[in-house]
Amino acid sequence: MMRFMLLFSRQGKLRLQKWYTATAERDKKKMVRELMQVVLARKPKMSSFLEWRDLKIVYKRYASLYFCCAVEEQDNELITLEVIHRFVELLDKYFGSVCELDIIFNFEKAYFILDEFLIGGEIQDTSKKSVLKAIEQADLLQEVHTHTHHREKK
Amino acid sequence: MPAPIRLRELIRTIRTARTQAEEREMIQKECAAIRSSFREEDNTYRCRNVAKLLYMHMLGYPAHFGQLECLKLIASQKFTDKRIGYLGAMLLLDERQDVHLLMTNCIKNDLNHSTQYVQGLALCTLGCMGSSEMCRDLAGEVEKLLKTSNSYLRKKAALCAVHVIRKVPELMEMFLPATKNLLSEKNHGVLHTSVVLLTEMCERSPDMLLHFRKVWILVPQLVRILKNLIMSGYSPEHDVSGISDPFLQVRILRLLRILGRSDDDSSEAMNDILAQVATNTETSKNVGNAILYETVLTIMDIKSESGLRVLAINILGRFLLNNDKNIRYVALTSLLKTVQTDHNAVQRHRSTIVDCLKDLDVSIKRRAMELSFALVNGNNIRGMMKELLYFLDSCDPEFKADCASGVFLAAEKYAPSKRWHIDTIMRVLTTAGSYVRDDSVPNLIQLITNSVEMHAYTVQRLYKALLDDISQQPLVQVSSWCIGEYGDLLVSGQCEEEEPIQVTEDEVLDVLEGLLVSNLSTPVTRGYSLTAIMKLSTRFSSVNRIKKVVSIYGSSIDVELQQRAVEYNALFKKYDHMRPALLERMPIMEKTASNGPTEIVQTNGETEPSVPDTKHPPLVTQPANQANDLLDLLGGNDVVPVIQTTLPTKPASAGGELLDLLGDLSLSSGPAPAPSVPISQPPFLLDGLSSQPLFNDISAAIPPMTAYSKNGLKIEFTFERANPNPNIAVITIHATNTTEADMTEFVFQAAVPKTFQLQLLSPSSNIVPALNQGSVTQVIRVLNPQKQQLRMRVKLTYTHKGSPIQDLAEVNNFPPQSWQ
Repeated sequence: MMRFMLLFSRQGKLRLQKWYTATAERDKKKMVRELMQVVLARKPKMSSFLEWRDLKIVYKRYASLYFCCAVEEQDNELITLEVIHRFVELLDKYFGSVCELDIIFNFEKAYFILDEFLIGGEIQDTSKKSVLKAIEQADLLQEVHTHTHHREKK
Repeated sequence: MPAPIRLRELIRTIRTARTQAEEREMIQKECAAIRSSFREEDNTYRCRNVAKLLYMHMLGYPAHFGQLECLKLIASQKFTDKRIGYLGAMLLLDERQDVHLLMTNCIKNDLNHSTQYVQGLALCTLGCMGSSEMCRDLAGEVEKLLKTSNSYLRKKAALCAVHVIRKVPELMEMFLPATKNLLSEKNHGVLHTSVVLLTEMCERSPDMLLHFRKVWILVPQLVRILKNLIMSGYSPEHDVSGISDPFLQVRILRLLRILGRSDDDSSEAMNDILAQVATNTETSKNVGNAILYETVLTIMDIKSESGLRVLAINILGRFLLNNDKNIRYVALTSLLKTVQTDHNAVQRHRSTIVDCLKDLDVSIKRRAMELSFALVNGNNIRGMMKELLYFLDSCDPEFKADCASGVFLAAEKYAPSKRWHIDTIMRVLTTAGSYVRDDSVPNLIQLITNSVEMHAYTVQRLYKALLDDISQQPLVQVSSWCIGEYGDLLVSGQCEEEEPIQVTEDEVLDVLEGLLVSNLSTPVTRGYSLTAIMKLSTRFSSVNRIKKVVSIYGSSIDVELQQRAVEYNALFKKYDHMRPALLERMPIMEKTASNGPTEIVQTNGETEPSVPDTKHPPLVTQPANQANDLLDLLGGNDVVPVIQTTLPTKPASAGGELLDLLGDLSLSSGPAPAPSVPISQPPFLLDGLSSQPLFNDISAAIPPMTAYSKNGLKIEFTFERANPNPNIAVITIHATNTTEADMTEFVFQAAVPKTFQLQLLSPSSNIVPALNQGSVTQVIRVLNPQKQQLRMRVKLTYTHKGSPIQDLAEVNNFPPQSWQ
């Protein structure tokens, strides 16, 4: 299973962290710091996989953002790359040519999309269309409430 | 109170901070504002405030004071609130937090909410981070949702169930009925998550696995789904680079792997589809290769026929040639896993693997190195070693130690000639001399000692190496030892292998003395060189010079050196008559039966001719002790048994009783304390002699015998008579295995009648390799003072194909010469 996913910039700024196992805050910080160091030190010619502690790390850089997943021994690294790519595609479709700034300013939406795509580190739906539709509907639901609320306020 | 600033506003503001301190100040200010807002129990802006808190949390600032606020948001009726509330819960309220459980009721309510998106939020949160208690409380709700016809909820419920099972495995059973018809769904989301759920159940419960295999007959169902995916035309919704739902394909392949493992029928049922996927999947993009990779993993793990296995290895071979380094990486990893079982197939890709040694990626290089060593054999040793030595020259320091060890091991096993072996060692010592492991020094010394005809050549080469470089300690140590030992050959200028060099005694002593004073030499090295100098006193004529050096070091600050020097001084003075004998040439050292770092007595130039004493390598000490236990059980109040050549079924004879006792033997039962059995600590029967019988002339007279042959395991006994005690029979057991799987954790135990004494030495290993590829040997010494007929009861335990096996047997067919 996927243990966690991190998104961070080339300057080592964390943009998203999703943990699928209960970990102490202190340990999370340590792991993030360590892993960012390791990944940012990698040269472009190197493979997208590396071994870190007892986990396999699968990472890929999209423009200025690193997408980094930690998976277990028995997991398929190549398909994990595809999982990462699918997430990027979803973000791209949602934000329209997504860039790092979109994720910075709309981090909560990035989480919503991730949570509609994965649960417990596993894919919920393999259809891009289906995931995007669900987000769209949920957004609408949110808007309705907000709109109603604002009406009430007046 | 002005409205709290919006989230995006805050983010913008914080990003303008130019220093860490400035940022901290802004954060603190905003946190204070948020805190007072929380205190006022403001419902309107709670959502906004928590969102800002989450942002600050991501920057690394504490946010625990927002935990309860998340709970309030979750309890709110507004969808916006719930969305942020649940997000906050997932980020701030994991199971380690005290207030975690307070969520349970809200989640329960939301699982039954009228809006599926709210239900979705609850399922997601529970499925990502629910604690065990929470899972226990809510498992029933999840189970209910698993049966709904709403595929949006069903897929989430399935993954939630996976999490519940991970946290509380006992709850697995309750989900079984609901999973029954999950696979007949058309919706890919439900299909995918169902396969994940089934996989989790199979992995955790062998009973469940059996149930799915035999009762539900899952394999054909999965095969059908997979086939449809492959054969179906273009489906835009699930297409990735021309492949239909690769994620689902990979998950199905993984589940098939688990179902087919160690089961012939299941493996056969999936044979065709695996071959189909392996041959038809498009390999131009990563996604196709991901499927192929999973297929290969499955083929290698189930009981596939050999044709399919070769197909899998060939896929890996093709992967090795792929431009994509990720593909090469997984190929090397997989090949490493299969190189033992499919050795020949992997050999075919040897040259490609060796090329990967030159890859730029560190992980790929490491794997290629490990794989290369695994592939070295008698046929390719010269070529492979050339590549590996070249690699050793140029690789990163992190590899050097492992590579050097690997080279030594391989050279030891497959060296085509002694000269080649010594040359290889020299090469390693000179290029990576500071990275070789400490235990390689004694190993190399032993190797050199035993290559008698190469002594002159070796010492000459080592001497020349010393002239070049004295910084690499292992090299220096081996060289000093050799010069001390073979210095006479060095100065005499006799060398057949290469042009002999002209060197005088003084020059040699200069070099050795140089080591003593050099800052580069460690204390151990100094010890080596001092002893070497001492040894040369019987080989060289310039004894006075040596005497002088030795006496100087009698007052060395280094205690070890001082002690040596003082003792050597004494040798010159009081014990000069003993000196020649003590400093004689070393005898050939017997290699002990163990593999790996042999327990060679650290000769280090000891002045006594080192007799390998009976200290045994601490490899496997249990067999000896357990043999004691068996013998303890033989003790008791029986009189000396009447020795007859009786069959074991005759209970009347004491010999029969003896054997019955062993028949009731089980290791778990505590042995009755044997009162005065002298055998409980069998003394070393042959003190002072080496573990291997050195006198083999008598062995030709005693024919070997097959003591045991059953289920592919054959144990042969060969005999030697140990000099000088003719009452001691030295038996060496040879265990071989004709089956196709290794026998691991192999333990051989033996018990003999009371009038005998038995000593079991350590075995050579505890793995009996498959297909007679090797054997386990172990030495038994039996003391038979009354010259009675030798009988033995043996107990064998080992693990074969995952199952533990135990067997007891009688050995009665000892040839008369072994005990007469």
